[in-house]
Amino acid sequence: MSAEAIFSVSGLTKRFGEGEAEVLVLKGIDLSMAAGEMAALLGPSGSGKSTLLTILGTLMRASGGTHDMLGVDLMQASEGQRTKFRSKHLGFVFQFHHLLPDLSALENVMMPAACAAGRETRAMRERATELLDAVGLADRRDYRPSAMSGGQRQRVAVARALINNPVLVLADEPTGNLDRQSADHVMDLIRSINQTMATSFLISTHDEHIAGQCPRRIELLDGRIVRS
Amino acid sequence: MSPYAVKLAIRHLLSHPGQTALLMAGVALGVSVFIFMSALIGGLATLLTLRTVGSIPHIVMEMPDRDPAILSPDGHAQVVLQKDLSRRDQIAIWQPVIPIIEKTPGISAVSPQIRGSAFIERGQTVAPVGVIGVMPGKLSEIANIDAAMVDGSSNLPADGILIGSRLARDLGLRVGQVVRLSSDRGRARSFRIGGVFTLGIASADRQAVYMNFTTARALFDLSTGISRIEIRVVPATDAAAIAERLRRSTGLKATSWTEDNSQLFEGLDAQARTGIIIKAFSLVTIIVGIASAMLLSIVRRQSEIGIMRAMGASKGLVISIFVLEGTLIGLVGAIVGAVIAWLALLPLPPVTEVRSGGLPIDRAHGDFLLAITLTTLAAMLASILPARNAARIDPVEAIGA
Repeated sequence: MSAEAIFSVSGLTKRFGEGEAEVLVLKGIDLSMAAGEMAALLGPSGSGKSTLLTILGTLMRASGGTHDMLGVDLMQASEGQRTKFRSKHLGFVFQFHHLLPDLSALENVMMPAACAAGRETRAMRERATELLDAVGLADRRDYRPSAMSGGQRQRVAVARALINNPVLVLADEPTGNLDRQSADHVMDLIRSINQTMATSFLISTHDEHIAGQCPRRIELLDGRIVRS
Repeated sequence: MSPYAVKLAIRHLLSHPGQTALLMAGVALGVSVFIFMSALIGGLATLLTLRTVGSIPHIVMEMPDRDPAILSPDGHAQVVLQKDLSRRDQIAIWQPVIPIIEKTPGISAVSPQIRGSAFIERGQTVAPVGVIGVMPGKLSEIANIDAAMVDGSSNLPADGILIGSRLARDLGLRVGQVVRLSSDRGRARSFRIGGVFTLGIASADRQAVYMNFTTARALFDLSTGISRIEIRVVPATDAAAIAERLRRSTGLKATSWTEDNSQLFEGLDAQARTGIIIKAFSLVTIIVGIASAMLLSIVRRQSEIGIMRAMGASKGLVISIFVLEGTLIGLVGAIVGAVIAWLALLPLPPVTEVRSGGLPIDRAHGDFLLAITLTTLAAMLASILPARNAARIDPVEAIGA
């Protein structure tokens, strides 16, 4: 792992099923990312993009290989340690916003921090307000997701991913559900945050237009990295 | 229980008012049934006890039985002393005993009485009666004769008697008529019927005759002693313990009403057990209702739970949220049910005023606090399993990442 790398995986494999039904989805991934880097993860459907993001996000364990991040051996960490690590250092943006429908935009942004602390604090509220302001939704802070457009919801989801000041945000098709204008707006936002906050982004996409806005391309084909 | 779990649980309940209200209404219904059954079964027990003990003495004190005693002298000889039938059963020295009884805690009324058997004669008709000679002012100490009067007055002059309504009907007697009473001691005299009462107890209404204490003393040839001392206690259920205390302090035989009514207690016990089963079923209904509603809610909210887990929510936090939701549904539903039951029971008359065909409901037996506590606990228990299921949801599957 290089001195500036925030994570590094080596020989990473993932298999699903057993016996004859066994499928090897990741076939030995070697990958690392530097702090402040912004990369697009490209590949056709079934190439293993989502599985790789899920493993990097500690939502799933790899079947083999090594997985280190910020000096922590995440292959050996317990489930509780991985949950805490995830909460502290990682952010997520999904294709569907997955905002909690009962909470306002501000409360949704605060949610990851409040889950970790067990309460909402004034500091969280101020940070969430700043983030909503940064994504251009300061005037929508008290709106529930049902009262916002698809693009607005996804911007709230981006703000939510940043509440704990993560070193890495994993975005799985973050614009896949948006029209071109909203998608560009969200990508502008991500690029701006990457540059101003030095947060690393790994963005899974099969949209060349989106990938073109990322300084680094990582291409996945049939469970292997073919370009990095 | 973190404040954030409390906030999320309350927020979810408030965000779905229709569903929350429906669940709480189900719980409230179960609690109302629980309270109604408690009040009914308790009221029934109170009514039966009141009807049984309402007009009878709770404790009767008499001379101890003079049973034959078996002596065990040296050797193999056995000597049996036969029962002494040469003397009448009477409490000869009774005046010093009365203050001892009156000072005993729990005693509400004491009535020294002279009792005996007699025949009432009118023309050619003769009927056996039980005569009760009561002291002035003590007529209604045991059975409330004053309240039971249906004709005439309850005064007891030296030549007056009060008779039961069945006896009056059987012999065609009315207030003011004169009848002749012959006691089992061979004495007889005429009396004027001063009043007729209906106690609602067939044996008393057919056979009891009340008369002046002094007159009874003469009729039954008892110069100084009395036949028995009748006592009422509060509460009536303490009678057995108080009787035991009186037995020790006076040396007299003290029989509580509970000894003569063991079948009533068996009946009340069986009734209470039936009530427990019905109440348990209403609790089980609440548990099943809440558990199934929570399971459905969890299926519907899988992606929410998944995203929270993905964002770092611990399993403990997820469990707390769902257990709290179930507990709040139980608590609020139980309170609403208790208030509804209380309001519904409010217009019903107290057990003491229940008429024939009415429901003997006793609100004091409603077990309101017990119903709320048990229901809240049941709701909490019902939520644990669904909550554990929620915590086990795989965030990857739930959000389709």
